[in-house]
Amino acid sequence: MTLVLVTGASGLLGGSVAAELLRRGHEVRTFQRRPSGIEGAQDATGSVTDPAAVVQALDGVEAVVHLAARVSLAGDPAEFAAVNVGGTAVLLDAARAGGVSRFVYVSSPSVAHSGTSIVGDDARPADPRRARGEYARTKAEAERVALAADDPAFRVVAVRPHLVWGPGDTQLVGRIVDRARAGRLPLLDHGTALIDTLYLDNAATGIAQTLERADVVHGNAYVLTNGEPRPVAELLSGICLAAGVRPPTRSVPAGLARTAGSLIELGWRFRPGADEPPMTRFLAEQLSTSHWFDQRRTRRDLEWTPAVTLDEGFARLAASYAAASR
Amino acid sequence: MNSRLPRAAQAPAPASLPPAGLPGLDPALSRLVPAAARTWHVLDNGPVLEREGIAPIGTVLCVHGNPTWSFLWRSFVSGATDQALRGGDAWRVIAVDQLDMGFSERTAVERDLTLRIGDLADLTDALELTGKVVTFGHDWGGVISLGWAVDHPDLLAGIMLLNTAVHQPESSKIPAPLRLALGRGVLGKATVSTPAFLETTLALGHPALALDVKEGYRAPYRGASRRGGIGAFVADIPASASHPSDPERRRVAEALLSVDVPALMLWGPRDPIFSDRYLDDLVSRLPRADVHRFEGAGHLVAEDVDFAAAALTWLGDRFGRGAQDPAPAEPDDVSSVSLLAALDARRSSDATAVVEMPRRGDVDAAPRVVSWRALGQRVDRLAKGLLGAGVARGDRVSLLVPPGVDLTIALYACLRIGAVVVVADAGLGVKGLTRAVRGAWPAHVIGALPGLSAARALGWPGQKISVTSLPAATRIALGVTHSLPELMSVGAADSRPLPAGPAADDPAAILFTSGSTGPAKGVVYSHGQLAAVCRTLAETYDVGPDTGLVAGFAPFALLGPALGARSVTPDMDVTSPKTLTATAVADAAAEIDATVVFLSPAALANVVATSDALDPWQQNALRTVETFLSAGAPVGLPLLEAAAELMPNASAHTPYGMTEGLLLTDVSLDEIRALPEVGGVCVGRPAAGVRIRIAPLADDGSSSDSFGETEGVTGEIVVSAAHVFDHYDRLWLTGRAARRGAEQHARAAENGQTTNRWHRTGDVGHLDADGRLWVEGRLPHVIVTAGGVVTPVEPEQRVEGVTRISRAAAVAAGPIGTQQVVVVAETAPGTERPALADAALAAEVRAAAGVPVAAVLVVPRLPTDVRHNSKIDRTRLSRWADSVLAGGDLVAP
Repeated sequence: MTLVLVTGASGLLGGSVAAELLRRGHEVRTFQRRPSGIEGAQDATGSVTDPAAVVQALDGVEAVVHLAARVSLAGDPAEFAAVNVGGTAVLLDAARAGGVSRFVYVSSPSVAHSGTSIVGDDARPADPRRARGEYARTKAEAERVALAADDPAFRVVAVRPHLVWGPGDTQLVGRIVDRARAGRLPLLDHGTALIDTLYLDNAATGIAQTLERADVVHGNAYVLTNGEPRPVAELLSGICLAAGVRPPTRSVPAGLARTAGSLIELGWRFRPGADEPPMTRFLAEQLSTSHWFDQRRTRRDLEWTPAVTLDEGFARLAASYAAASR
Repeated sequence: MNSRLPRAAQAPAPASLPPAGLPGLDPALSRLVPAAARTWHVLDNGPVLEREGIAPIGTVLCVHGNPTWSFLWRSFVSGATDQALRGGDAWRVIAVDQLDMGFSERTAVERDLTLRIGDLADLTDALELTGKVVTFGHDWGGVISLGWAVDHPDLLAGIMLLNTAVHQPESSKIPAPLRLALGRGVLGKATVSTPAFLETTLALGHPALALDVKEGYRAPYRGASRRGGIGAFVADIPASASHPSDPERRRVAEALLSVDVPALMLWGPRDPIFSDRYLDDLVSRLPRADVHRFEGAGHLVAEDVDFAAAALTWLGDRFGRGAQDPAPAEPDDVSSVSLLAALDARRSSDATAVVEMPRRGDVDAAPRVVSWRALGQRVDRLAKGLLGAGVARGDRVSLLVPPGVDLTIALYACLRIGAVVVVADAGLGVKGLTRAVRGAWPAHVIGALPGLSAARALGWPGQKISVTSLPAATRIALGVTHSLPELMSVGAADSRPLPAGPAADDPAAILFTSGSTGPAKGVVYSHGQLAAVCRTLAETYDVGPDTGLVAGFAPFALLGPALGARSVTPDMDVTSPKTLTATAVADAAAEIDATVVFLSPAALANVVATSDALDPWQQNALRTVETFLSAGAPVGLPLLEAAAELMPNASAHTPYGMTEGLLLTDVSLDEIRALPEVGGVCVGRPAAGVRIRIAPLADDGSSSDSFGETEGVTGEIVVSAAHVFDHYDRLWLTGRAARRGAEQHARAAENGQTTNRWHRTGDVGHLDADGRLWVEGRLPHVIVTAGGVVTPVEPEQRVEGVTRISRAAAVAAGPIGTQQVVVVAETAPGTERPALADAALAAEVRAAAGVPVAAVLVVPRLPTDVRHNSKIDRTRLSRWADSVLAGGDLVAP
C-alpha cells in the first residue's frame, strides 16, 4: 500500500482522482487550503506556496499527484506565477528531499497551444513563450520545471487532461447549462470545430493509471482525452439535452466573438477564481478552432483506455440532472 | 570570340571553386580538373567513393545547359553519394561546369557545338573514364551529352535526359523567347551586359525557386565578364540550316537513330522553350526510352520535382543489383487475332455492319446504314488515302469525331495501317482534353468541325484532317490539309495493295483515364490487347458474329466491327452521356433488331428517367433485348432494377473495369439480388481470362508488395489478363508504381501463366469464399484510424440505409494513423446549404455506420467525377471536411 499525496483535492477532478486512488487500494492524503471532505482520505490543509506546510504534508508520502493550481482566465500574473510555478517548485523540492519516488504533475494541453487548430497531434513540448494567457503560460513553465526534475530516483510524469466534464461539474457543464437556459449560448462558426473532451471518470482513471505507470513512462508528457472528437455544437447540444435545456442554434462568426461578448469559461482549469473575465480571445479561439489529439502513444504507454464513452457520459449526466431535479 | 558579344566578355579567367554555403551543394564534392590545357570545375563523388572503398557500377556524366551550371545536378550528386554510402547501388556522378560556364575556366575562345563536344571528350579522357557511362543532359547540355554519347559507343551504357532537343523541324520556327534573344542588337544586352537571360530562366520554376537557390544559380555569373559563355551559347543555337553548328547538330541527331542503349527522359511539359514536340522527336529517335512527363513541371524540371530519386530508381532498375532482365517474355496469346479479321471475313457480305441514328429533330434524315462490303471498301480507301497524306505506321492520330459511321471508318483505317489512334473523350472537359492531346502529341488530327475548331483555338498539335469537305476559307482558317472524302477518293484511285498490317504487339490505341484522381493518364493498348478485349467481351457476353449491338458506351462501342457484330450508335450528345433518352435507345435497337445493349451509368440513369416517353412500338423493341450492360462505374441496385423493367427479357449485367482493364469481372442483377447489400460493392467473378489478386493493406493504409487470393483479406485489387493495357503513355514512374511486385509475383508464384503483366488498380476490396470480388473504395480514400484501417464503401452503404440519407461518403479528417471518420451526406429532402446534421440524424448515422463517426455533415450535392457523374470525389471531400472541422468556412464542398 502506497501513501499518495493529492494536492488540489477539493476540486471536482482532484476529488475524483483521490477517490480512484483509494479504490485502487492506495492510502491517500489530500492537501489544499480547506478540508477535502473525501471519505477514507487523510486531510492536510495549507498552501503549496508554504514550504513548511508542504514538508509536513509530505511526511511518509511515497508518491504525489499534484493538481493544485491557480485557475482563472485573468488576474495578476504574479499570483499565477507564485502558485503555479512557485508552488510546484516548492512541492518538487520538498518531495525529492522527503524521499518521494513518483510525482505526477497534472498539466493542461493549453501548455503547448498557441491558438491555432490542433488536428490529431500528440503532446508537443510545453512552450511558455507561445502559450495563451497567464494560466497556460504558468502551467507550461511549471511543467517544464517538473519534467526537468525527473530522474531515475524521482520519477516525474506530466499528464494533460483535456476538457474534463461530468456530473457535478459546475465549471464546464454548469456554465454551459446556465448560459443555454438564459438563451446566451451562441455557436461560433456553426459549431463545426472538432473538439475532443474527457469524461470525469476517465480523467480519474487516466491520472491514477499514470501514477501506476510512472516507473516506466517517467520523463514524458501525455494528453488524456476520450479519443472521441465531436463538433463543438454536438458537445454543447449533448450537455444541454442531458440537463433538459434547449441547445443553442444561433451561430455567431468566430471573428466577432473573439473581440466581443462573453461566453463560457470552460476548459483548461478546475476551480473558479473570484475574478472571472468576460469572453476572452483565448476562449473564442478555443471554441472556433479544432483541438483533438493523437491518443495512440498515451493509450499504449499508460496501458489505459477510457471506460466511459461520450454517449454513456451524456447518459450519466442526464441521470444526475434528473436525480437533482427530483 | 563572337563579335556580337560585348568586349567585357572576351577576357580569359582561371577556374575556381564555388563559394561555400550554396544551398544543397556539398563543397567536398567540388574539384578542379585540368584537361587539354583547360581547367574545369566539376562535382565528382569519385574521390569519396574511392576513400570509402566502394566500387561504383558505372559513371553518370551530367551536362548542364545554358545558363545554369553543375549546381543543377546537386541533388542528384548528393542523392547518389548518400545511396552509395548507405550501402545501396553506387554510381560515380560527375557533373561538369562547361568551359566558359559556371566556375570553369573563361577561355576567350568562341566555343561552338563541335568544340564543346570535343571539350567534353577531352575531360573524360583526362579523367580516364572506363566502364559503364550513362550520360545525363539538360537543355543545350542535352545535345552536347548526346554528342559525347554517339562518339563513345564503347563506354556508353545509357542515356538520361531532362528537357532538351536535338532537332529543329524545318517547318517550324525556334521558340519565340530564343528568337527574341538572338535578335540583332539584343543578344549581347540580353545575355551578357545584363543578367536578363539568366533571370528569365530562373523565373521558370514551378513552384518559384527559393531565393537562396536562385542565388546559387547566379553565383558564377556575377558581372558581364563572367557571362560571355551565356551569350556565346545563345549565339551558337543552330536556329537554321545555314548556322555553322547545324551540321554537327544534324550529325548527332542522325547518329542517335542507331544508338540502342537504355534511355530515360524526365520531362517538364510547362517549358516555353523545349515543348512536347521536342520530346516527341526524341522519342522517335530513341523509341525504347522510358519517358515520364511530370504534369505541372517546367523547364527547370530538376528543381520542380524530385528528378534525382526518379533517375536513381531508373538506374537501379536498369543496371543496379536489383535489376533483372524482364521476366521471360511470355507473349500473350494473340497469335491468331487481328482487329480487322472479322471485317475481312465479311467483305463480300451485303448485310448491315454499322448504323448511325440521325440526330433528334432532324425529321427527314434517315439512319446511315453501311454494309460489311461497303465498310471494308471505305476502310481500305481511307487507309491508302491516309498513307498518301503522310500518316505513317506508328504515327499518332487523334480522333475528334463523334461515335458513328465516320469514326468507325477512321478508326479501322488507322488500325489497318498501324497508326496509333488517340481517343480522348469529351468527358474530360476542354482543359483535360487539351492536356491529354498535348501530352500524347499526335502527328495528325482527324476531326469534325467542333473538334477542329477546338484544336485550332487551343493550339493542339498535328496535321489537321476534317471529316467532311470544308469550304476553302474554313479549311484555311482551321489549318486543315485534307478531308476524309478527299482521302477516300485518292485511295479509291490507288490500285496498289495496302502494305502488311501491324503486328500483335504494335501499339494500337491510346485511351484516357477519367482524370478523377489527377490529370487524365494516357493508356496504351497494343493490337493484341485490343483484340483480347474483344475476345473477353465475346466470351463473357456471348457477343459475336451477327449479334445486334446498341453501342452506347464508348470504348466497347467501337469494337462492334472487330467482333463481327452489327452495331448501331444511338442519337446522343457525346459530350454529355446523360442526354441519351429511352426513345433513342429503343429506336436504335429496333433499327438492327438488337439483342445486346451497352450503356454508361449516366446514360442508363437518363434512359430510366425518360422511359415514360416510350410508345408501345418502342417498348416492344426493348423487349427483344437479351443482354444489357452498364459499364464504366458501379451502378446501384435500384437503377439496375428500373432498367431491367424496361428490358424485361434481358439479363442485366454490370461489369467492373477501368480504362486500364476494360472488362475485369462481371455480375448479373440476379446475383446482386441474392447478395447482402453491405460489405462493399460486389462486382462478381473474373471475366474470361482474368485473374484477380489482393495486395493486403498495412496498418498505415498502404498496400503490400506481394499479393494473393486469401478469402476475406482487404487490400489493393491487382489484376492480370491478356487484355490489360500495355503501359501508360509517357508516365514511366506511374506505370512502374502500378506494376509494383508484379515481377516477383510472376517469378515466385505463377510461372507458366499466359501473362505476367499485372496491374495495381488503385481500388481496394476483397475476395469472398465463392471467388467473387467486392470493391470497398479507392486506395487513397482508405481511412487510417487509431483503431485500424477503414475502407469507405461499407460504412457508406450502411449509412445509406438511414431513411433521410440519399447518398453518403465516408471520408477521413486528420493525420494518417489517427484519422477520424466523417460522414458527408446528401439528404432527402435535400439541404440548401452545408451544415452539421441535426442531433437525431447524427445519432441515426452513428448507429448505422458500424464504425466510430466523429462528425456528420449534410450538403446539397456531393462532388463527383466529370465523366461518369457517379464516382464521389472523396479526396476533395476529405480536404473540405478537414477545413470545416478545423473551424474553416462552411462553404460548399
